[in-house]
Formats: sequence, C-alpha cells, structure tokens
Amino acid sequence: MLIEDEPNIAEAIRFLLNRDGWQVTTLGDGGVAEAEVRARRPDLVILDLMLPGRSGLEILQALRADPATAALPVMMLTAKGQGRDREAAERAGANLFMAKPFSNTEFVAAARSLLGTG
Amino acid sequence: MPFNLLVLACLTYVIFLFLVAFMAERRAEHGRARWLRSPVVYTLSLSIYCTAWTFYGAVGYAARSGLEYLTIYLGPTLVFVGWWWILRKLVRIGRAERVTSIADMISSRYGKSNALGVIVTMICVVAATPYIALQLQSVTLSFGVFAQPGTYAWMIPDTNSTALWVAGGLALFTILFGTRNLDANEQHTGVVAAIAVEAVVKLVALITVGIFVVWFVADGPSDIASRINASAIADWDLLPSRWAGLTFLSAAAVITLPRMFQVLVVENSDERFLGTASWAFPLYLLAMSLFVVPIAVVGLGLLPVGANPDLFVLTVPLSQGQGGLAMLAFLGGFSSATSMVIVASIALATMVSNHIVMPLWLHLRPAKAVSGDVRRLVLMSRRFSIAAVLGLGYLYFALSGGSAALAAIGLISFVGVAQMLPAMLGGIFWRGATRIGAAAGLLIGFVVWAYTLFLPSFGPGAILPLDMFLNGPFGIGWLRPRALFGVEGMDPLIHALFWSLSFNTAAFTIGSLLSFPTPIERAQGLAFVYVFDTERAELRGWGDGLAEPESLLIMAQRILGDEPALTFFEEQARAQGKAGYLPDPSPAFLAALERQLAGSVGAAAAHAMISELAGRARVTVDDLMRVADETAQIMEYSSQLESQRAELERTARQLREVNEKLTQLSVQKDAFLSQISHELRTPMTSIRAFSEIMMEGGMPEGMSEKYAGIIHEEAIRLTRLLDDLLDLSVLENGTVQLDLKLANLSELLDRSLRAAAQTRPEREFLIHRDLPAEAIFLRTDPDRLTQVFINLISNSRKYCDATRPELRIAVRQRGGRVLVDFIDNGSGIPKDKQALIFEKFARLTDQTRAGGAGLGLAICREVMANLGGTITYLPGQGGAAFRVSMPLRLEKPPLAEAA
Repeated sequence: MLIEDEPNIAEAIRFLLNRDGWQVTTLGDGGVAEAEVRARRPDLVILDLMLPGRSGLEILQALRADPATAALPVMMLTAKGQGRDREAAERAGANLFMAKPFSNTEFVAAARSLLGTG
Repeated sequence: MPFNLLVLACLTYVIFLFLVAFMAERRAEHGRARWLRSPVVYTLSLSIYCTAWTFYGAVGYAARSGLEYLTIYLGPTLVFVGWWWILRKLVRIGRAERVTSIADMISSRYGKSNALGVIVTMICVVAATPYIALQLQSVTLSFGVFAQPGTYAWMIPDTNSTALWVAGGLALFTILFGTRNLDANEQHTGVVAAIAVEAVVKLVALITVGIFVVWFVADGPSDIASRINASAIADWDLLPSRWAGLTFLSAAAVITLPRMFQVLVVENSDERFLGTASWAFPLYLLAMSLFVVPIAVVGLGLLPVGANPDLFVLTVPLSQGQGGLAMLAFLGGFSSATSMVIVASIALATMVSNHIVMPLWLHLRPAKAVSGDVRRLVLMSRRFSIAAVLGLGYLYFALSGGSAALAAIGLISFVGVAQMLPAMLGGIFWRGATRIGAAAGLLIGFVVWAYTLFLPSFGPGAILPLDMFLNGPFGIGWLRPRALFGVEGMDPLIHALFWSLSFNTAAFTIGSLLSFPTPIERAQGLAFVYVFDTERAELRGWGDGLAEPESLLIMAQRILGDEPALTFFEEQARAQGKAGYLPDPSPAFLAALERQLAGSVGAAAAHAMISELAGRARVTVDDLMRVADETAQIMEYSSQLESQRAELERTARQLREVNEKLTQLSVQKDAFLSQISHELRTPMTSIRAFSEIMMEGGMPEGMSEKYAGIIHEEAIRLTRLLDDLLDLSVLENGTVQLDLKLANLSELLDRSLRAAAQTRPEREFLIHRDLPAEAIFLRTDPDRLTQVFINLISNSRKYCDATRPELRIAVRQRGGRVLVDFIDNGSGIPKDKQALIFEKFARLTDQTRAGGAGLGLAICREVMANLGGTITYLPGQGGAAFRVSMPLRLEKPPLAEAA
C-alpha cells in the first residue's frame, strides 16, 4: 500500500511496482490511512512523511503501537532528507528510510528487500 | 416692512445656516476643520445660554424689575471667572469617561445605574420642554409684530402655523446635522459652526439696536442717564434675597442645563479652550447686557403705555420706521431661539435614546446576542427622539400658547434643572456619595419643585385647585405650595428654590451616608473624584480572557460602524504589541472598549452589552484596595518618577522583543531551508522517476507522451518556484525596481479579475464591485499591484468553499491612503491560522494543489511593503477578507532608499 499525496510521484511508484509484479493500492490522505491499513492488510506500507490530515510519523507510531500491525514492514519516504527526519522515522519504527528523489532501481530493490526480510 | 419680505429673509437666513453647517461638516470630514475647533468657536457656542428669553426678555425684565435682569448674567460670570476649576473637572471627566449627556454623567458616576439615567432624563425633559415651547412662542410673537403693524402688545397671529413651521424646520435641521455621527465625542461640527454664527448674529443685532437707541433716538449716553433717572427703573429697590437667589440659580443652571452641558462638556474638543472661555464668555454676556437698560428706558418713554416691553427690541426700531434694523433684530431673536432649540433637542434626544430606548431594546430583544445593525437603530431612535422632543415642545406651546405661564417658564426651568446640582457636584467631589442618595435627592427635589413652582405656575385652578393654594392639600395649612411649613411672604421662586434644594441636598447627604455603595460605584467614584490623579489606577473589573475578541469586534462594528471599530481594535492590538485587528481580551482592553461604546450608547448600556459577552464584571475587595493603594502611591510619588519607570520598562521590553526576534529569525532560517529543500525535491522526484522509466524504453503506446507531459509539468512547477523565490528575495532586500506611474484602480481590478479567471475557470464567481469608488488614479507600480490583486482573487477562487461563491471588492479612501478590501463568503480563515498565512510556505491545506508553493501571500506582503502599503487579514467579516492599503501617491520607493 502506498500512502503519498503527490499524484505524480504516486503515479511513478505505482508504475514501477506494477512492472515488478506488485499489486498497489494508493491513498492520498493521512487521516484515513491507519484504518485502511487495518482493513486491507498489505504486505508492505510505503509512507510519505508529510501528509495532509495526519503526518506519516503519527501513522507509523499508531501502527507500531498495535500488536496486529507492529511487525508490518514500513518504508518511509521524505523530501526533506535531513538527518533529523531520518532519526525520527527510525525511532518511530520505520524499517527503511528513503529520501526523494530516488533512483528507480534502488527503490524497487529496497521494496523487495523489505518483503524478503518481513 | 412687508410681511412677505420678512418670510423671505427668514428663509434665506435658514438656508444660509444649512450651508454653514454643511460646509463645516464637509471640512471636518476632510480634516481641515482646525479653525472650527478653536477656543473662539467654543466660546461662541456657549452663548446658547442666551436664548430668545434673554434676547427679548431681558429688556422686558429690566423695564419691569430694573437691574435684577443682571443676575441672569452674573451667575454664569461668577462660575466662569471664579469657579472654572469645577468646569475643568467636568470637562476632564466628560472626556475620560466619554460622557454623552448630563444623565449619562450622573448614571456613570453612580455605578452606571440606568435608573438614575432615567430619573435625570425625566427631569430634563419636564423642565426643558416648556422652555422649548417658550422659544417657539417668541418666534411666533416676533412674526406677529411684523404681521400686524401698529400692535405693541402680546398678539398671537391667527394660527399656530408659524410655530409649526419653525418646529418642523428645526427638527429637520437637528436631525440632519445632529445625528450624522453616532459617537457623541466625534462632535457635531456642523451644528456648532451654525450656532457660533447665530451667536455672532444675535450679539450684532442687539448691539446695533442699542447703538441706534442711544445715539439716534436719544442724544447719547448722558441723555440716556437722565432718562433712566426720570423713569421708574430708578425707583427699583434691591431685594438681597432675590438678588442672591437668582445669581445662585443662574450659576447652577449654567452647568446643569442639558444644552449647556452639551456644548460645555460633550462638544468640547480641547480642555484648554476653557481658559479662553473663562474670560471671553463673561465678556460676551457683558456685551449682551450693555444696552438692555437704555433700550428699556427709551421703549418705556417712546411707546404707548401697555406696550409689551418684551418686544421693545423689535418695536422701538419699527416705531422709528427702521424696518431694516427691526429685521436685523428679528434675525437676532430668531437665532437665539433656534440655536437653543437645536442644542437642547440634541441633548434631550441623546438622553432619551441612551437611557430609555436603548435599555428597553436591550431588555426586550429576543436573542441575547447583539444582532443586526445597532448603529442604525441608535440613530433612528435619536432621530425619533428629536422629533418627539420638538413635537412635545410644539404641543406644549399650542396648548398653553401666550399664557403668562410660558413667559415665566425660563426661571422655573432653571430651578428644575438645578435639582441635578447636588448629585453632580457631590459626585465629583465626594467619594462617599451613593446611588441611593443621588436618586433620593433628585426625586425629592423634583417633587418639591413640581409642587411648589411648576404646577402652581399654570395658575390657581389650572392644575392645582385654588383651595390648595389658600388652605393647603386636605386643609393641611403648612403644606400650602407657596408657603411650605408656614414660611410666608417669601418670593415664590426663591421659596421653591430654597425648599427644593434644601430637601434635595438633605436627602442626598443622608441617603449617601446611610447606604453602602456597590463596588462599581466605588470604582467610578474614585475615577471621578480623582480624575486628575488616577490616570494609571485603572480598575480592572472585567475577568481576563473570557470574551472572544472576534465577537467583541462584531458587536463593536454594529455599534460604532465598521471602519471606526476596526481602527479602534487595530490601535488596541498595536498597544498590546500585536499585529492585526484582534487584541487580547485583557481587562484593560475591555475597559477601553466599554468607554468607547459608552460614547455612542451611554455608560449603562455599554456596560450591559460587554457584560453579556465577557461575563459579569467582578470587582473584588482586593481590586478596590489595589486601586486605593495605587491612587495613594501615585499621589505620593512625583509624576517624574512614574515616567522614568515607564521609560525603563519600555526599553527593557524593546530589548526583550529584539532578542526574541533574533532567536525566532534563526529558527525561521532553518525551517525555511528545510521547506525549500522539500519543495524542490518533490517535483524532482517525479522528474527523475519518470525520466528513468522513459530511458529504459519499451513503453506502451501513449504512455511516453503522458509521462513526458508530467515531466514537463513538474519542470514548470520547479521554474515557477525558483521564480517566486527569486522574486521574494529581491523584494525582501528592497532592491526591486519599481515602475511608478499613474494608474486607474478600476482598470487594474478589471485586469486582475480577467487574469485570475484562469484559476479554476469552471467556478462561477459572483463579483460585487463599487465602480464609482474605484474611479481613483493611483501613483504606484501598476504591475506589482496587479500581481497582489490577482493573487488575492485567485486564492479566493481556489479556497472559497461557499456553494455560490461571491467576492466583494470594496474601495475606500482614508486620509491620503486607499484601502481595497477583498471579502468572500466562504468559511474564512480560522483564528489560529490568521497570523500564519503571510509566512512563507504557509499553505493551510494541501488538498488543492492548484500550483504555487505557499509563497503567494508572502510575496504579496513584500510587494505591498515595497509599495509603501500593507496587506492584512480582516477578521469578523463573515468570510475570508483581506485589506490592501497603500498611499494614493507613492513618491519614491520607501524600501529601496533604506537599503
């Protein structure tokens, strides 16, 4: 599941993962993200840090606090790319942190690695 | 002297007065009325003390009672020369508490009690209505003199139509110029200008008649002196009790008459004017009284026995064939009558409206909130009150016209209003005076006055039965109206004055000593008695932070009007060190707002309105102790120490502010860099991802075009962002090149509306414009200004969430500045965000990515700063509202010079 509010970036990621054989659900709003994750039970969550409605960090903390979703692999995306954001994401329990802009091959590889370990 | 010519002259004179008032108002609106607010005009306006009763009546008075007429001028002279510190205190209190009338002052002093306001209003209406009738009668009589040549007696013309026309015309004038401004402290410049002109006319008229009589009818001063010796006037004996009583009475009346209070206190725009008035007003009175005896003496000798001496000013010139001079005298009398009626009806209408109509409305209206346009309501109620007061005066005249009762009403009215003296003077000099005492004194004094003087003045058998005069009510001898407690042989007027004021003062003193003042009363008492010392010892009765500033603003707008309310709130916010229009609802701010509202609707109503929004004012014993302490302290320390401390505090505060600003700047810089990084990386991500995808090739048909389109779109977004950033940095450094030229505001708005229509073109927007107001030529940078307008209109098109979106563009000129308001009908911007929107990257929601990076308003703010103007958010307008303010003529780029 992809939670990203920039439609063009969401479109790119969906294309990349589809081509790699994934099923992708896209969400543009942080407010409903947590409920959607619970309902759909995705294999992997790709979460943008700055979202309307609710920030990526808050969603991540909520997911980690619940035993049912505590072990769910989460990849964090951010356009800020500052050390502070990375630390905060890792403290909140992100399995992987990716800065925008990214290389397509690295991105797909990262997604695969998360599923392999998760 | 043809009668028609007289009517024509009269009409011309009235039109002239309208023009004077109109021009004065116009000049005041354009801020060029300095000479209108001068000590001379102030002194002349005080001359409404001299009504038609003094203009015509003084001569008659002198013919009947010799020099006794002088007491009427002596009292005010003593007050202005000897006791002008009382006046100074009244004026200071009036300005500090924004007092609107004498009723408001007494109500405000005694705990903003509306009951007292009602009592005082009632006394004033009862005492002043007959007085207004007297003025109508004098005009009617003087008309009669011209209408029936050869008559020298009291003759009422066939109909009362003259009085009706005069009353109607005066009502029109008073409503036109007396109720243009709501806030009484803004003053009635037009009215004051007109009565100042009338003051000159009546003085010139009387002196001209006097000169004519002394040097043309008689053979100069020595001849007059011998004529006086030969006449009955010389036989007049001085009655010490009557002389002293009348002097005291006129001294009391000059400060308690509602119309005198109006010009003396309410219309005063500078306390220092009193200094001039203290010698100039007595001189005016002296000039008015100079020729009274000569005219009386010559009239007595010249005209047949039985001629009415009250009309000598007119009939002496007429009998000598001097029609033109008589006409001048007539206009003098007409001026005296009209100026008195105009000011008296304004003063009475203000009282009736503020103390009877408004409280009733506040009490009776269904919803507790202040809804609708209260301003209109107050103005309407004042207009109706003016019409009602004049109608009452006319009715009184029509019913009792020509009777001796009316001729004597001047002094009777003086005794009536003198009943307010104990409550007023006690209120400003004695802290222990209470509401109960004041009410008791006023009521008892009023009743005694009505019983011993006012009702008997209609004559035995008219209202009080003859039997009551002879034997007292129910045969109780010591209650006879003209001989209370068996005190007989006293002059009726002095008798009434003595007993009413004695009872009044006794009740006031005993009532005050025996009752306990409420906390607000104590606070107001301190504020009044120590008005010269307690400027800093403000009683903070209002709770902290209970009221919502926005709802206070909405209420204030409905009472003061949009512009004055916004200006007041802006000033208060700035005093608190806040930008924008919403100050914190601190106790000090609430007290200031209450005073401001009191200037429009009176202290009692203003207090009640704020109570509804801010909760009941709680004044604790601690508060009172604090005020008392502070008062004592301030009296101990010199004011110099006080100002030094304030200076130090100010410096410390400035240092603190600078320090905070520096810290903030550093935090802002970090946040700004992080924001820029985010805004640059986001489009980059799409561009990089899609270009990599396309580089790999093997795309299905149509997909590559679509992806290239996305790359293109994001590249443009990136360019626009960089442009905006560059623009902002140029604007912030002040290195921008302004292209100043003349531009028509209306055309700029046209252009902006056309350009902004490209934003969400599918939305139908209703635009309200005010084309006549927009027809302004500005000297500014038109392209930059258009940039700001486009931004605001586009924002509205993007974010206004109403189903039928509307945008109102209002243009106004204030001083040398132009204000353009953009107000839509959406849900507006929440209060906590209003301070944020002008910051860089402050997008409120990310829902609508219609382009831009949240730099639009930040750029607008910088553009306006470069154009010597501002852009601010206007709260409380029922939607998102922005105000752009700029100079009408921008001379040189203000920032570029500083840079």
